[in-house]
Amino acid sequence: MIPAPFDYKRATSAAEAISLVGQYGDDAKFLAGGHSLLPLMKLRLAQPAVLVDIARLQDLSYIRDAGDHIAIGALTRHMDVEKSPILAEHAPLLAFAASHVGDPQVRHRGTIGGSIAHADSASDLPATTLALGATYVAQGPNGTREIAATDFYTGFLESALAPDEMLTEIRVPKMNGATWGFQKFNRRAQDWAIVGVAAWKRGTESGVALVNMGSVPILATSVATAIAGGASIADASKLAAAEAEPQSDLNASAEYRVHLSQVLVRRALESSSH
Amino acid sequence: MGGSILGNRVLRKEDPKFLTTGGVYVDDMLDEPLLRGAVHVTYVRSSVAHGLINSIDVSDALSMPGVIAAFTGEDLGLEQIPSPYNPMATRTLLATGKVRYVGEPVAVIVSETREQGEDAAEAVIVDYDVLDALVDLEEAMASTNLIYDACGSNVVFDSMVLGLPDNTGDAYFADCEVVVKGRYINQRVAPCPLEVRGAAAAWGTDGRLVEWLSTQHAQGAVAPIAAANGIDPSQVHVKTPDVGGGFGAKIGAYPEELLLGVIAKRVGKPVRWRETRSESMVGLGHGRAQLQYVTIGGTRQGKVTHYQLWAIQDSGAWVDMGTILAPFMTRPMSSGVYAIPNIECRTTSVVTNTTPTVAYRGAGRPEATAAIERAMDMFAAELGMDAAEVRRMNLIPKFLEPHTTVVGQTYDVGDYETSLDKALEAADYKGWRAKQQAARASGAAVQIGIGISVYVEITGGVGNGESAKVEIQDNGHALVYTGTSPHGQGHATSWAMLTSEQTGIPVEDIELVWGDTDLVPIGTGTMGSRSLQQGGNAVFAVSGELVNKAKAVAARLLEASEADIVLDKDTAAFHVAGTPAVSKTWADLALAEKQAGGLAHSDVIGVAGATFPFGAHVAIVEVDTETGKVRHIAHTACDDAGKVLNPMLLEGQIHGGVAQGAAQALMEEVRYDLDGNPITSNLADYAFISAAELPSVTVVHMETPTPVNLIGAKGIGESGTIGATPALQSAVIDAVAHFGVRHIDMPTTAEKVWAAIQSTR
Amino acid sequence: MKVSITVNGTTREDDVEPRTLLVQYVRETLGLTGTNIGCDTSSCGACSLHLNGESVKSCTVLAVQADGGSVTTIEGLAQNGEMHPMQKAFMENHGLQCGYCTPGMVMASIGLLNENPNPTEDEVRLGLEGNLCRCTGYHNIVKSVLACANATK
Repeated sequence: MIPAPFDYKRATSAAEAISLVGQYGDDAKFLAGGHSLLPLMKLRLAQPAVLVDIARLQDLSYIRDAGDHIAIGALTRHMDVEKSPILAEHAPLLAFAASHVGDPQVRHRGTIGGSIAHADSASDLPATTLALGATYVAQGPNGTREIAATDFYTGFLESALAPDEMLTEIRVPKMNGATWGFQKFNRRAQDWAIVGVAAWKRGTESGVALVNMGSVPILATSVATAIAGGASIADASKLAAAEAEPQSDLNASAEYRVHLSQVLVRRALESSSH
Repeated sequence: MGGSILGNRVLRKEDPKFLTTGGVYVDDMLDEPLLRGAVHVTYVRSSVAHGLINSIDVSDALSMPGVIAAFTGEDLGLEQIPSPYNPMATRTLLATGKVRYVGEPVAVIVSETREQGEDAAEAVIVDYDVLDALVDLEEAMASTNLIYDACGSNVVFDSMVLGLPDNTGDAYFADCEVVVKGRYINQRVAPCPLEVRGAAAAWGTDGRLVEWLSTQHAQGAVAPIAAANGIDPSQVHVKTPDVGGGFGAKIGAYPEELLLGVIAKRVGKPVRWRETRSESMVGLGHGRAQLQYVTIGGTRQGKVTHYQLWAIQDSGAWVDMGTILAPFMTRPMSSGVYAIPNIECRTTSVVTNTTPTVAYRGAGRPEATAAIERAMDMFAAELGMDAAEVRRMNLIPKFLEPHTTVVGQTYDVGDYETSLDKALEAADYKGWRAKQQAARASGAAVQIGIGISVYVEITGGVGNGESAKVEIQDNGHALVYTGTSPHGQGHATSWAMLTSEQTGIPVEDIELVWGDTDLVPIGTGTMGSRSLQQGGNAVFAVSGELVNKAKAVAARLLEASEADIVLDKDTAAFHVAGTPAVSKTWADLALAEKQAGGLAHSDVIGVAGATFPFGAHVAIVEVDTETGKVRHIAHTACDDAGKVLNPMLLEGQIHGGVAQGAAQALMEEVRYDLDGNPITSNLADYAFISAAELPSVTVVHMETPTPVNLIGAKGIGESGTIGATPALQSAVIDAVAHFGVRHIDMPTTAEKVWAAIQSTR
Repeated sequence: MKVSITVNGTTREDDVEPRTLLVQYVRETLGLTGTNIGCDTSSCGACSLHLNGESVKSCTVLAVQADGGSVTTIEGLAQNGEMHPMQKAFMENHGLQCGYCTPGMVMASIGLLNENPNPTEDEVRLGLEGNLCRCTGYHNIVKSVLACANATK
């Protein structure tokens, strides 16, 4: 199985990539690691006419300490996120979540930016960065803008990015010693999560987000609010699915997903490390 | 030096090739001269499960780049072919008039490249009148919406047509003190050999059709290929390249393969075909798919006196091999390892709008074993007795003379209690029970489950012997020709061991020839765990006969009496007894016989019947009772396959079998939506088990040789699957039994386990 | 489009369609058929090879993405007729049966040890999560990888 035919353009700069995509409009797609897009193209569920390859923009592959946050270039691969000493120190939840994406071969190619821009609620990193209160930086023909993760996910595989906007950086606030947990519940190790939970807690402050509990990654604000109000983790976890709209599918009923989210949120929050 | 090579851990001769350049599978034959200029075949498949075909429009496809031709069944003048198992059911090799499952081939594209074919197949427009799809077995059984009108029913085979009686219902259990009933789903699974189907076909200048096929049985493909091409079987030459697994699903030749000669003739060029995994998941036959109504009854002390099984087999949308597994494989094994004085077993096979079912690792015996083992567990649970003890009370005692069960099946030899004892001991059964008690007492979220199965199965039930030929080459090396068809089993090594044992020729100097119908015209292939006991047995016998022939030649050359000639196996040379200094090598003898046509022997060697390997498995799982998630943490398998030729290969078969058993018990299931659309048609959706979900397996050796063949061997290819599946299912249920759970259907997914616990609250 | 890719030490220049997958390029353009295709969904890992020293699934990489890169396939492992220690370990531990998953499994296993030279059994099992085998039940594959790790300590 191979993709339907397309034109291939290789960008040498972000500006060129944006201009190329702008030129071809809706028929064009950015190609980073290709591990979200190519599988869809092979099954012919996506048939872009033009691919603009941005994977060679090496200046967008970095992990830097930027004071109150860690700045991650959009083209940083999952494996580099997983193994980053900077993230291990300041955002271990993200590094740990990245180690659960796909399988090692996928993590050698797939990028954090590609995963977030694909905006799949079943992917691990959109929800994880959402839980961490990340901000995404997008570059378009008229310059760059910041988009809060909370404003980014607008629908099933849809984001606030304009077609000619490119995700360039992910800014993750430092966790400053928060305890955290990442719970990925799946059938097989390599599978997407049936339900996943990324959570951190520092005193009464917390952030909890859910994987595959609706058409977008879900920020479980009711849980955080309850904890801020002094509720126990066990009680707060019962509110896990308050913001969620889980679907029934091949792998789980909606009812079961709700149950799982409650158990997994509790476990994630109870983790002293993970 | 000296001593037998048999029973040794001999490394595989075939491995260096697989490890350095990879095997040469059908899609790898880039250098085959007859396939030069080959074009590619792509099948257009039905997108509806049940429907009448109004029209098929290939005109857009024909205008696409690289497209050479496009054909429908009508274009090719295809005729209705009756099923061998129910001739009232007929079909054409490309659907005409009606489609019966999603994935059924309806048209074919021939193109210069494979990609062009894939592109063009999307442009074929088929207009259907969609009919109601029948996915549910019992609904199909009762429905007047017929998949094959001429059959008059969707029931296409019933054991009652064999003159066997119907089950008599609850009245059968009137005298029992304890009766337990169950309705068990032995779910549909996908065999998933890692190499999907593929084939190539070319017409030779001699007018014969050569077809390369990824198959378990080249010789069996000759007649259907000849029939599909309207030629005499003598005009068909099937060759088998390396085959990337089969597991039963590559026994029979499929429509896509049978049509290649026809297509090659139409376009005047050789053709290649290789399906995608997405096609394979709906086109390659599925396995299992049996619904079982089970009743078991007996005394309060734990003695089972009555057992009744109604096995309803899902044939899928064609009356293929799956149809007859229930009556001819499940039913005869319905008694399992138990001495049950009263058994009724009826089987009913039903067509549905799903992929046809075929043989899959175990083929009918895993279903029989799952039913009786589940019933035993239910019976033990009802009595509050230990599952191992109830089994022990009911086992057929050790027998070394044939034993016939009440359903009329004769087993060769059996020592079930010893296998159970060995497995329980190696698994530390008592230790795990203690850990289980501790976990239950602690109320921890993670609980332990222990599952036991004791099984017996039929191997070598297919064929009653096998062909073999051993030919000595000029350099004294041997060529061994076999009618079996290895696709992972290691016959190149093990058959060489057998010939080496007889001839003294080193294993490295013996090469195997198989799967080529010109070179090996007689063969039953590799299926039903038959290869060693029939094919290996024949190689062993024929090699022995060749030594006798060679002794006659040596006697002539050494001017001695044949009776005085001895073969020194350490040097692979013949001499007169007492004078080893003057000897003749195999090369000398081959040279001497060159004028007379060479030194070789061939024969078809029969066996006295099927064999009945048995054993016991103990599976240990952890179940997270909050989520239902199961982890398979330990597994012990004691499988008695009789005399062991190469323990390394035997263990490999057990490991693989256990994994496929665990896969069915825990994870894998082919599923359809209510309209008959497959929803597990790729390896992302279908939960093909991986290394991360499995433990290592403890293998316990046990050897009770069979008298029915020369080498005393029984089959081992399917035992692991047959034993592991019920043990795993039982372990999962056992882990949550203290909540009051008695049964969970396979696959025991997390949600099902969770729901079962919920249902007790 | 023209690509220049170094495969098993030899630099090749070829014209490919943009949609050509790296696995197709290796198999069909270069005739290196050791690398196999087992699925359509990046699930099975039969197509695993090394790109710039790391294991990747070549069914999910376009040949044009590998332009300028360095590829090692199963055919490139043995040196002067001597098998790589991982190949030897698979042979000695019966880590293969039908052979179809084997090239990808060996490449993934070498990649695994490159990143974690001394893994536990569980780490090997998890590290091979993206490579499916239907024959061996993984038992002897895991054993092979652990044996190779021990042998090369």
